[in-house]
Amino acid sequence: MHAFFDTRGRPALVWAGLALVAAALIALPWVLAGIGTAWVRITNLAVLYCFLALGLNIVVGFAGLLDLGYIAFYGVGAYVYALLASPQFGIHLPFWVILPLGALLACIFGMLLGAPTLKLRGDYLAIVTLGFGEIVRIFLNNLSTPFNLTNGPQGITLIDPFRLDGFSFAGTQHVFGQALTSPIKYYYFLVIVLLLVIVVNVRLQNSRIGRAWEAIREDEVAARAMGINTRNMKLLAYAMGASFGGIAGGMFSAMQGFISPESFVLVESIMVLSMVVLGGMGNVFGVVVGALMLSYIPEVLRYTVGPAQMAVFGRTLIDPEVFRMLLFGLALVLMMLFRPAGIVPSALRKRELEQVPADVG
Amino acid sequence: MDTFIQQLVNGVTLGSVYAIVALGYTMVYGIIQLINFAHGDVVMIGAMVAYSVIAVLVGAHVSLPPLAIVVIATLFAIPVCMAVGYALERVAYRPLRNAPRLAPLITAIGLSIVLENIALIIWGRAPLPYPQIIETVTYRLTSHPDGATITNVQVAIIGISIVMMAGLLVLIYRTKIGVAMRATAQNAQVAGLMGIDVNRVISITFIIGSGLAAVAGVMDGSYYGVAHYQMGFILGLKAFTAAVLGGIGNLGGAMLGGLLLGVIESLGAGYVGEFTNLCHLSGWSHALALRCVSDPHLALFGSNYQDVFAFVVLILVLVFRPSGLLGERVSDRA
Amino acid sequence: MSGDTGAAGELLVARDIGKRFGGIAALTDVSFSIRRGEIYGLIGPNGAGKTSLFNVLTGIYTKDSGTFVFDGSPLDDLKPNEVAERGIARTFQNIRLFANLSALENVMVGRHVRTKATVVGAIFRGPRTRDEERAIRRRSIELLDYVGVKRRANDLAKHLAYGDQRRLEIARALATEPRLLALDEPAAGMNATETAGLRSLLESIRGDGTTILLIEHDMKLVMSVCDRVLVLDYGRKLAEGPAAEVQKNERVIAAYLGGDVSLNLKGA
Repeated sequence: MHAFFDTRGRPALVWAGLALVAAALIALPWVLAGIGTAWVRITNLAVLYCFLALGLNIVVGFAGLLDLGYIAFYGVGAYVYALLASPQFGIHLPFWVILPLGALLACIFGMLLGAPTLKLRGDYLAIVTLGFGEIVRIFLNNLSTPFNLTNGPQGITLIDPFRLDGFSFAGTQHVFGQALTSPIKYYYFLVIVLLLVIVVNVRLQNSRIGRAWEAIREDEVAARAMGINTRNMKLLAYAMGASFGGIAGGMFSAMQGFISPESFVLVESIMVLSMVVLGGMGNVFGVVVGALMLSYIPEVLRYTVGPAQMAVFGRTLIDPEVFRMLLFGLALVLMMLFRPAGIVPSALRKRELEQVPADVG
Repeated sequence: MDTFIQQLVNGVTLGSVYAIVALGYTMVYGIIQLINFAHGDVVMIGAMVAYSVIAVLVGAHVSLPPLAIVVIATLFAIPVCMAVGYALERVAYRPLRNAPRLAPLITAIGLSIVLENIALIIWGRAPLPYPQIIETVTYRLTSHPDGATITNVQVAIIGISIVMMAGLLVLIYRTKIGVAMRATAQNAQVAGLMGIDVNRVISITFIIGSGLAAVAGVMDGSYYGVAHYQMGFILGLKAFTAAVLGGIGNLGGAMLGGLLLGVIESLGAGYVGEFTNLCHLSGWSHALALRCVSDPHLALFGSNYQDVFAFVVLILVLVFRPSGLLGERVSDRA
Repeated sequence: MSGDTGAAGELLVARDIGKRFGGIAALTDVSFSIRRGEIYGLIGPNGAGKTSLFNVLTGIYTKDSGTFVFDGSPLDDLKPNEVAERGIARTFQNIRLFANLSALENVMVGRHVRTKATVVGAIFRGPRTRDEERAIRRRSIELLDYVGVKRRANDLAKHLAYGDQRRLEIARALATEPRLLALDEPAAGMNATETAGLRSLLESIRGDGTTILLIEHDMKLVMSVCDRVLVLDYGRKLAEGPAAEVQKNERVIAAYLGGDVSLNLKGA
């Protein structure tokens, strides 16, 4: 990944490539909107999942800490946004105030979870984080009585969209005769944020901090013997991962305009973890690929399973919704069986892309 | 006092089911250090198969005593679950035995999704009412007319669980295959060198665990009176929590953890409303006192927080005893 | 080689170190001192407590009794990372490299404790972070070159040959700028040529001013490279002194060979 951003040697080629990617990213929503606005929304969610997966990748991929309750931080961020920008309490703060607040609160939650549990071995840590995630969800579900904080299972509605100096991300504007719909506006915002997040991830990985995390992942005893304060570094990983989740949650709230505890169930944690593992733990590029695949495969199946059955059998034998989840489960199994280290294994890529240091020393 | 006894009875019943399911997790973990995430779904398959058999037998007006019907149904469910468990290991775990540690976790999750959706196709989305063919008999435990009771179904669940746990212990500690399992758990490589067919031992472990899961499925279905394609999820989660609570990889730990978890949950659900009743504090605030007039049970936390207890207890236990109640202490070795 | 380094000060003093595991005493009242700039050997039969002593020294185990004084100040109850920060770096008997990191990255991890970049610095990558990162890289490559595995810099640690892994572990430890380098059987599994190379590496590390504590089974190496030797047996100190003297010590010979064979290990 390092070499990916390294323009030394072949600047013209790399810049041309980047320009091409940029053009594709700019054009994409308009192409998708041509197929159907639903696909723009799906893409926005996919980008949000990339964001989440990259956050979890810091915890799982870099530091090697199994976390099955990651979605809780997403939930915290989402609810912070929803409560501070909706009629629930009549508070309407601007998004650039709430997003950092959500990140901060998620970060505090991350440290609270991390501090007592970081001594635990992998599998124990997994179940504790899973329990933590469930606890947060149950609280979100039940904090409607005796005092109504979260509105319980009904969730919170009419959440404010992002607004910047009079420009609202909701509604449709017309630019050069083209309809600039709300999902397209969010798309651009999300993609810019995602690119920033990717840069942050790559920079973290190729830093003193990132190497310390990876050392802990590889061998904690040796890492400590090399002078790494493993406890602080693990807490840091949790805090960073949680903040990412918190920011993503805030964006989700604003984008959807409605949230309920249903969006923050264990299956979602598992989904994000699957994205990380499937893409290739610790590999930023791989994680993005994994997140995009697991976001799009179920959607593509949604639109193809029904018609395909009609074409083959002349009628719908199996409920398409069930069938697509069945195929999704199978896909998870098969992909892991054939690429156990992930689609883009971290180690392999490193070997291929790292520049030869002979010319540096 | 009556509430306490009643919650204790309910807790022990629930805990027995947890313990049986937890055994499946802990055996597999003990031998190959794998969290078999699909185990809860094997329980679900057991409940579903037994449901179908009961439904068919009852529908055909077979003149058998109800107990016999349930036994036949269970005997059907056991081999089906064993086959499923065996297949899970062969297809999804064995090829990944030397893969990165999280890889089999993902296949397990994938298989869990597959099993649930197969169940959806076969048995549908709606919860199935478990036929209550065995007439429930309620025994009074105290002299109080509205006092604590225990039903014959609860007695049966607790009794069968005890018998199965005892049987498993005999199998593990008194038979040749048990020795082979323990040896493999200690060190699979050395066990292999000693002539133990490690693959066979692992298969048998899955098969035994799945057999237990089938019985647990029937018990769960009979106790709650419903079966549902997602019933294995939360049950599996609790059972896994129980296994970790007791010290994963430890048979006694799974049993203890299961019972404890069941009891904690029941007592917690029974008492939390009372303990967190804000009306105890109505002397402190006039507004609160006013609300308590209309709603004397103004609890901060109600029994809807039942699932929280399980996890809070788990987290506390692990923080103070990181390898579970009966688990061995693991120290870092240089 | 000299048996006596003269009046150089003591870098590490151990007094009455004790460690028990359950009912078994791994170390009993072990006292010794290591002088600045020497190569100090730690030998003894298998199970004599050598690695336990290492683990107690580097904070991986907590000792039950005794004190370590390192460079004039006590080293008690420090965590492993704090011990490393104080200037003691180690290698492991069964090689504990960061298997899926490249050789270069392994050494770069060793620079962690002597560098400062924070998360904020890492994300914004200002001039100071960039300079530090460049310095880490340069120093790590130097160290790889120093131990002789520079050509494998970009290979994953797990793909390195056994001897190279041993050398890489030494480079990683050196990256923490230790004043005391503790090596746990660095020659294990090496052939004669590799061991000879290791010997000159140890001498040159010492030449650069780093004191070395060396656990080793290869007596030829110990006798040729160590200034002084501590012999442990059943967790107790059996003998301490210049290599040549210890070699002739009858109790040492008895412990090593059951007493009826003479220790015929003429060093180089």
